[in-house]
Amino acid sequence: MKDKLIPSIIIISFIIIFLIFYKGLQETNIYIPKSEIKKDIPIFSSVKFDSNENINSSEIFNSNKFYLLNIWASWCVPCRQEHTYLMRLSENNKVTLIGLNYKDNFNNAQNFLMKLGNPYEVIFLDEDGTISIEWGAYGVPETFLIHKNKIVAKYIGPLNEKLINEINSIVK
Amino acid sequence: MKNLKIFLIILLIIPNLSFADNQLERNKITKNLRCLICQGQSVYDSDSDFANSMKILVDKKLEEGLSENEIYDFFKEKYGEWILYDPGLNKNTYILWLLPLLIFLLGGAIIMKKLRFKN
Amino acid sequence: MIYSVVGYYALILGLISGSILIYFSIQNFRNSEILDAKILSLSFLQLLFVVISFFGLILSFVVSDFSNETVFNNSHTTKPLFYKITGTWGNHEGSLLLWLLVLTLFIFIFLLRTNNQSIKYKTLTTIFQQIIIVGFFIFLLKTSNPFNYLFPIPEEGLGLNPILQDPALAIHPPILYLGYVGSSIIFSSALAATTLKMVSGSWATHIKKWTLVSWIFLTLGILLGSIWAYYELGWGGFWFWDPVENVSLMPWLALTTLLHCILVLEKKLILTSWVIILSIATFTLSMCGTFLVRSGILNSVHTFANDPERGLFILIFLFVLIFMSLFIFFFFHKEDQNNSINLFWLSKESAIILNNWFMMYFLSVVLIGTVYPIFLDVISSEKISVGPPFYHKLIVPFLIPFLIAMAIGPQLKWIKSNLDSKKILIFLLLVSILISYLVVKNFNKNLLVNTILISSAFYLFFITVRDFFTKKFKNVYQNIAHFGFSLLILSILFNNLLSSEVITNLKVGESYENSKIKIILEDINQTEEKNYNSVVANFKIISSNGKINKMSPELRIYNQPSIVTSEADIKTSLMKDKFIVINLVQNQEYFNVRYQDKPFMLWIWLSVLLFSMGGILSFFKKKI
Repeated sequence: MKDKLIPSIIIISFIIIFLIFYKGLQETNIYIPKSEIKKDIPIFSSVKFDSNENINSSEIFNSNKFYLLNIWASWCVPCRQEHTYLMRLSENNKVTLIGLNYKDNFNNAQNFLMKLGNPYEVIFLDEDGTISIEWGAYGVPETFLIHKNKIVAKYIGPLNEKLINEINSIVK
Repeated sequence: MKNLKIFLIILLIIPNLSFADNQLERNKITKNLRCLICQGQSVYDSDSDFANSMKILVDKKLEEGLSENEIYDFFKEKYGEWILYDPGLNKNTYILWLLPLLIFLLGGAIIMKKLRFKN
Repeated sequence: MIYSVVGYYALILGLISGSILIYFSIQNFRNSEILDAKILSLSFLQLLFVVISFFGLILSFVVSDFSNETVFNNSHTTKPLFYKITGTWGNHEGSLLLWLLVLTLFIFIFLLRTNNQSIKYKTLTTIFQQIIIVGFFIFLLKTSNPFNYLFPIPEEGLGLNPILQDPALAIHPPILYLGYVGSSIIFSSALAATTLKMVSGSWATHIKKWTLVSWIFLTLGILLGSIWAYYELGWGGFWFWDPVENVSLMPWLALTTLLHCILVLEKKLILTSWVIILSIATFTLSMCGTFLVRSGILNSVHTFANDPERGLFILIFLFVLIFMSLFIFFFFHKEDQNNSINLFWLSKESAIILNNWFMMYFLSVVLIGTVYPIFLDVISSEKISVGPPFYHKLIVPFLIPFLIAMAIGPQLKWIKSNLDSKKILIFLLLVSILISYLVVKNFNKNLLVNTILISSAFYLFFITVRDFFTKKFKNVYQNIAHFGFSLLILSILFNNLLSSEVITNLKVGESYENSKIKIILEDINQTEEKNYNSVVANFKIISSNGKINKMSPELRIYNQPSIVTSEADIKTSLMKDKFIVINLVQNQEYFNVRYQDKPFMLWIWLSVLLFSMGGILSFFKKKI
């Protein structure tokens, strides 16, 4: 009995290892962060895009309305794609769009908005990228839907038709 | 042998004068943070936009007077356990930390059992 | 076009000859006692087919034949010829073809050079090796065919990732694979020897050469990879505990253990099971590494194109090999009934067992650290990262007794000995502690830990130096290797302790100054090269002693694929490296500049070379 025990244990453990690897292969290896739903939004203060006036975020996200914080930059190619969707979304008055301009050059950003339109109610500057990190963002573009000072939904990467519809149905 | 012991005791008594320079502290912390968009590099080793912003933020937090662990907690809250290269000892990592040590002990036990040592 | 076709059919012929080889070998194993000449010639034929196939792929790369999918994905007409050739094995398909080449080459050499072993053993080794080879043939043809035809034929290729366009990385894979795949011979012959119950001293001597070959190549391969990472990947780090690096370290640890263990087996018929397990583990770990890297199951700096089908194939193949070895081991290997092995505490055997014990611990740390995140993710969907701090915490404390044992072990004799030179050994220990204390005292960083660590490394250093004089040429190979290891640990420790760095942002004309150094960014040059645009920043670096150095790190903007890379400028000298690298900052006029003084870098490389030298000398030593 004893000389069968050790081989059996070893074989069974290898089978388990095989199954775990097998299952690991089936899963995607792209890291999808747990969305920070229901988390209080960070409070920050920053400079306003066109007026150089310092403003605290609590002055903006104060009512029970829905807010959409969008991190963007003029040098970011996917931001260009999602911009048309943002323009469309800005027509919906149930949600207020807030821009966070990420590590950008002022003139380029201004040109970008002149050409493609400005969907944002207010734009903050994030010159060194630290505000985005406070929000738990990975890069540009990234979008947060905010309600009652909590993050309701988080979208990494450019928005698209489907996501816009989703946002529209949440804010309804 | 006696001399050796005394020597070691002396070494232990000599105070450990570690002073924390902000730059050193920052490097230590950023070496322990994973650059989430570069897959497999620490923030310290990376030069991506994300990593550079992280470095600045770590500096800011240090200036605000946060301790190393508070900074880790801050990032853990934002990005999850994944961002730390040094997984703390908790229910997820007991096996990770203890299994190698267990193997070491087990190896010792097997050696002692299988082999008879004589003086 | 024609090269790809020839290459493809050569591959199929290689597969066929592999199958015939297995068939003949089995026939031969059953019936005849004479090694069929057919086996050797077939093995040669198989090697020839793989060589033809390999050259077919190289030529497709050289002529930029974009009807070949592999060439299209990894090459570009503007790429220099050298990188067109080395690009052959810089990708998944081509590198697997290289694996196959080494596999077939090694079994051929094995058959050619093994004269004093039984024919049954040689035949059986061929069977096991051919099982591996055929597995790889099928893997290659089914999931990663390097000769896929593309139509319509693209005008231009996608190009090779620029960070792979590098001389060190060009020769790194072939050398590393010689190490990985070399262990396949150890695997096959260990299985054959187990089946035939001929694991003995003479088998140990015979397999030792093969172990040494794989060990030497693996060591050099890891060294090259590390050098590449140092100047290309990051900020002057040379070992990141990245999964891909760990994966090469694991077979290395197993091989090193095996190398020591075989020495015992040569002298004394003990530890037979252990030698077999290690021989199997070495190649299994290499395969496991291939699985982890190629399947995309883990994330890493260095990733190959991922494809779940490939992962599945290697996984199944890997476990077929594992279960086959387990079966052979449990079925054929009967441990000696005389169960208790008597050893003297103070003997070389005990010291080697101690070495094995520690090495297995190090191996388990690396293995668990690498695969644990996968396991945790599968079981609980929690994601964690395991990085350098984990490995340092678990490995470094154990390094101290390990180094001391490494110093004392070789002083002992086989079977039984007493330390005749106790006094001098203790004296050297005290000297080491004193010296390291005096050195570390100046740096105020973790005084106690560093002193103990450095003194144990110094201890090994002094004792091996002493041995060069007292033992003269007796065991000089071992002594060189151990000396090299002490030098490696010392260089790494001092490098870690004494490195300093400056990180700053500079525009052209600006300068940075602190008490030790002044860094001036004088100007930048922009030039257009064949396949990239280059921005070279010229720095003047004035150290506190007034010495002026000019350094010119570079940014390369590659056109195909469009990627920006930073080329560090490194001034290497005997005692330290000066390392400078620049990076673009998004939408800013300044560069992010990082300057580092890295002492003893050269010594890290040299010491690794030194201990692989020990292996090389031992390989060529004459039988006494």
